[in-house]
Amino acid sequence: MQAQTYWLSLAIWVPVLAGLAVMATGGDRNAHVARPLALLGAVLGFAVTIPLYTGFDAGTSAMQFTEFSPWIESVNINYHLGVDGISLIFILLNSFVTVLVVLAGWEVIQTRVSQYLAAFLIMSGLMNGVFAALDAMLFYVFFEANLIPMYLVIGVWGGPNRVYAALKFFLYTLLGSLLFLVSLIYLYNKAGGSFAIVDFWRLPLTMTAQVLLFFAFFAAFSVKVPMWPVHTWLPDAHVEAPTGGSVVLAAIMLKLGAYAFIRFSLPILPDASVALSGFMITLSLVAVVYIGLVALVQADMKKLIAYSSVAHMGFVTLGFFMFNGGRLIPIAVEGGLVQMISHGFVSAAMFLCVGVMYDRMHSRMIADYGGLANTMPKFAALMMLFAMANSGLPGLSGFVGEFMVIMGAVSHAFWVGFVAATTLVIGAAYTLWMYKRVIFGDIGNPHVAELTDINARELVVLGLLAVAVLGMGVYPKPFTDVMHTSVDALVKHVATSKL
Amino acid sequence: MTETTLPFMFPAYAEIFLLAMALLVLLVDLFVPERMRWVSYALTLASLAGCALITLAVSAGVGGATAFTFGDMFVGDAMGSALKLACYVAVAACLVYSRRYLEARGLFRGEYLALMLFALLGMMVLISANHFLLVYLGLELLSLSMYSLIALNRDSAASTEAAMKYFVLGAMASGLLLYGMSMVYGATGTLELPRIAARIGTGPVPELVLVLGLVFIVSGVAFKLGAVPFHMWIPDVYHGAPNAITILVASAPKVTAFAMAMRLLVDGLLPLAVDWQQMLIVLAVLSLGLGNLAAVAQSNIKRMLAYSTIAHMGFVMLGLLSGVIGGNLLSADAAYGAAMFYVVTYALMALGAFGIVLLLSRAGFEADALADFKGLNRRAPWYAFLMLIVMFSLAGIPPTVGFYAKLAVLQSVIAAGRVWLAVVAVLFSLIGAFYYLRVVKLMYFDEAEDTAPIEARADMRVLLSANGLAILLLGIVPQPLMGLCLAAIRQSYGLR
Repeated sequence: MQAQTYWLSLAIWVPVLAGLAVMATGGDRNAHVARPLALLGAVLGFAVTIPLYTGFDAGTSAMQFTEFSPWIESVNINYHLGVDGISLIFILLNSFVTVLVVLAGWEVIQTRVSQYLAAFLIMSGLMNGVFAALDAMLFYVFFEANLIPMYLVIGVWGGPNRVYAALKFFLYTLLGSLLFLVSLIYLYNKAGGSFAIVDFWRLPLTMTAQVLLFFAFFAAFSVKVPMWPVHTWLPDAHVEAPTGGSVVLAAIMLKLGAYAFIRFSLPILPDASVALSGFMITLSLVAVVYIGLVALVQADMKKLIAYSSVAHMGFVTLGFFMFNGGRLIPIAVEGGLVQMISHGFVSAAMFLCVGVMYDRMHSRMIADYGGLANTMPKFAALMMLFAMANSGLPGLSGFVGEFMVIMGAVSHAFWVGFVAATTLVIGAAYTLWMYKRVIFGDIGNPHVAELTDINARELVVLGLLAVAVLGMGVYPKPFTDVMHTSVDALVKHVATSKL
Repeated sequence: MTETTLPFMFPAYAEIFLLAMALLVLLVDLFVPERMRWVSYALTLASLAGCALITLAVSAGVGGATAFTFGDMFVGDAMGSALKLACYVAVAACLVYSRRYLEARGLFRGEYLALMLFALLGMMVLISANHFLLVYLGLELLSLSMYSLIALNRDSAASTEAAMKYFVLGAMASGLLLYGMSMVYGATGTLELPRIAARIGTGPVPELVLVLGLVFIVSGVAFKLGAVPFHMWIPDVYHGAPNAITILVASAPKVTAFAMAMRLLVDGLLPLAVDWQQMLIVLAVLSLGLGNLAAVAQSNIKRMLAYSTIAHMGFVMLGLLSGVIGGNLLSADAAYGAAMFYVVTYALMALGAFGIVLLLSRAGFEADALADFKGLNRRAPWYAFLMLIVMFSLAGIPPTVGFYAKLAVLQSVIAAGRVWLAVVAVLFSLIGAFYYLRVVKLMYFDEAEDTAPIEARADMRVLLSANGLAILLLGIVPQPLMGLCLAAIRQSYGLR
């Protein structure tokens, strides 16, 4: 038993309060105050998550750093926080990415600066809340509350078609979430008046109920992941969102859906998960192969990376829903988790790279570029690294998760592993082909000849990510070690039928 | 505790005080010159404060029990006191928000103040009614004051038309209600609400007459709530009435309509719950559907909010119809408490939304088109933020109070075993989210067309900010209000 700590609350509320403070600085006249304040908030927010990692006991699957206090007694909703090996890493990842996002928007955002930075800080706190919540309604509140700042970020600072994209993003995710809400209330009544997620895990449910709940959960989480065929909001949202919005969306927000599959669908509905694993695997493979091919033909870099995100997230859901004799395959689940973290770094890096180019050229079209290696050599080198990681080159973070999932897939069924492995070809094709057209070749566009290489701020942002991508690829142990016990417990739990 | 231990007419002290004050305001206003109108205004606000104090004292005096007076026609209970307090707050907010608007149009007169107080008196009587006749009396006092208030700007054809429409339809609804009451009286031989319930529960009563009477009574209640298909008056009245009156129509009377439904259906006709719950299901689903769908097509924010009201009343009915499950009242407190929480918080949101509309209005400009909200974030970021909170709350997005209102109602619907109804409700809420988001879009994503500076007195600025922040704060800490609603229902109905 650990002593009572409040690190999780700090991880949630430090960024939120920092966001409110930044918002209070007011108009753009005070932007020079808002920016350092936001950076301070983000760094502090990341700092308070470090004790979570250093103090974490990887030997137990129990929830750690728990905090509990009643919140709404009349419906038995509690402010109940805690992390296990699965959620811990995402809190760190989220807080880390927030620092980068604040830096990335430093000079680029010139209108309503304080509102922009506040939105990201508040979002960061709310997403930490999603990963830390052990009460289903608390989870839902954080899950939903995220929509408000993201809607504003896309709509206010986005591209020309931002209104459409913001609305589509909001309504798509809300549709799923509302069915999720009804399911949670149903479970609350079944569990005799408790919203504790742990109580839901123990709740016996009939197969019919499990299947219905599975689809209700699926509606909420698959939209968020997003899985094929409900992914169509993502390219729109990414293309229109400002760089920071795309980064947070790809690196963190998509993880919420996948994380929810692990937290809710698998342990609450084990029998339905086994029964419907074929369905999930099929959708995941469609995402991997078909969306990969779709990415190949994109002319817009952000759209290409958005589709590549869908394909990579397909790997995550594939890893989560493969069974071998009614038991989850631990290496595949861990592979999915590793893939989530790696994708958090890589997609953030890729969107930041596009952001760097867009800030100079105000175009996302591949055709407008070419020959960047001549004018921006440092940038070209860094982007090379990220492009390689995105296509799953061994030694970089993208490879680890994909390899683990493919290993698991082969033990599930050979053909699944075979189809999944095609991603290594397709992923390399769309990423490297884009890289070639943008970076190499002759300078076709006179504007490219006038470009300046990345400045110190951009170098820090991309450099930090490069270290993370390389480090995780060479030595993934710190990431996988913390999750082992929790994943084993999950596998054991899901193997027990609830019927 | 019974009547004998309390002073005579004790539960009705607030009503008696308010009647005296309303007459006093009317009288005083005759003698104060135009530039001294603030005297009558202050007197009106003071009457509301007085009423609040008296209601609190009465509530403490009866000490959680239910007290009767006027030969058991008038009831003083926890639910009544709580709802009355909500009405005082709402009417006070209406007065503060409306003052500048009415002054700019030369409508800030003694009649307005007195009629507001008479309307409030009608609401209070209705809330405390324990007898068919008193229900009718309160309803008519409220309605007649409202008709006159809507026609306050007598030179405006739209207002007069709205008042006329409301009057004709309202008279018909009153007729339906009276007709239903007469049938129930014929079947049970009493006009007193608890006795009606007792008679139906114990003795043989003519089923057909009773159910026929019930249908008419439910129609009357549905008219007052504005449920489909008795909603026709709502968009026209909201649109036609001056903004300062629309804010009243949208807030306190909704709370009253909830009380009326509780008194008639739960106090009086609980043994027929199985029948009226079925009727409310139909009304609720129709209201949720039509309200949300029609709101999407509006370009006028008052009309949009009118249709949104219809949808919200659908949610209130969902709470009301989830009380009796399989003949027992085990979770009735949660269901009725949820409906009460919903209606009180809805009134708060309506005050916020129309408060912003009033804030943007000025002499010769109504600010009631959706386009008038364009670029508000540039013009006045703080008020845009308040409106943002109100809109997300109406859409039911956490962490605003609108979410917990919906959560509590959905919880009771699902506890009553009607999961399909909850699914229907959330799907229509999704459509609802679209038009609330559109307002946010106009405020935040679009450029301003109207650049006139926003002027308001300090009291309005403060109250409006408090109103908006309350919606957010109650969303973060909903327990006090939710607990209050539950406790009020439990005490009043002796549940748990």
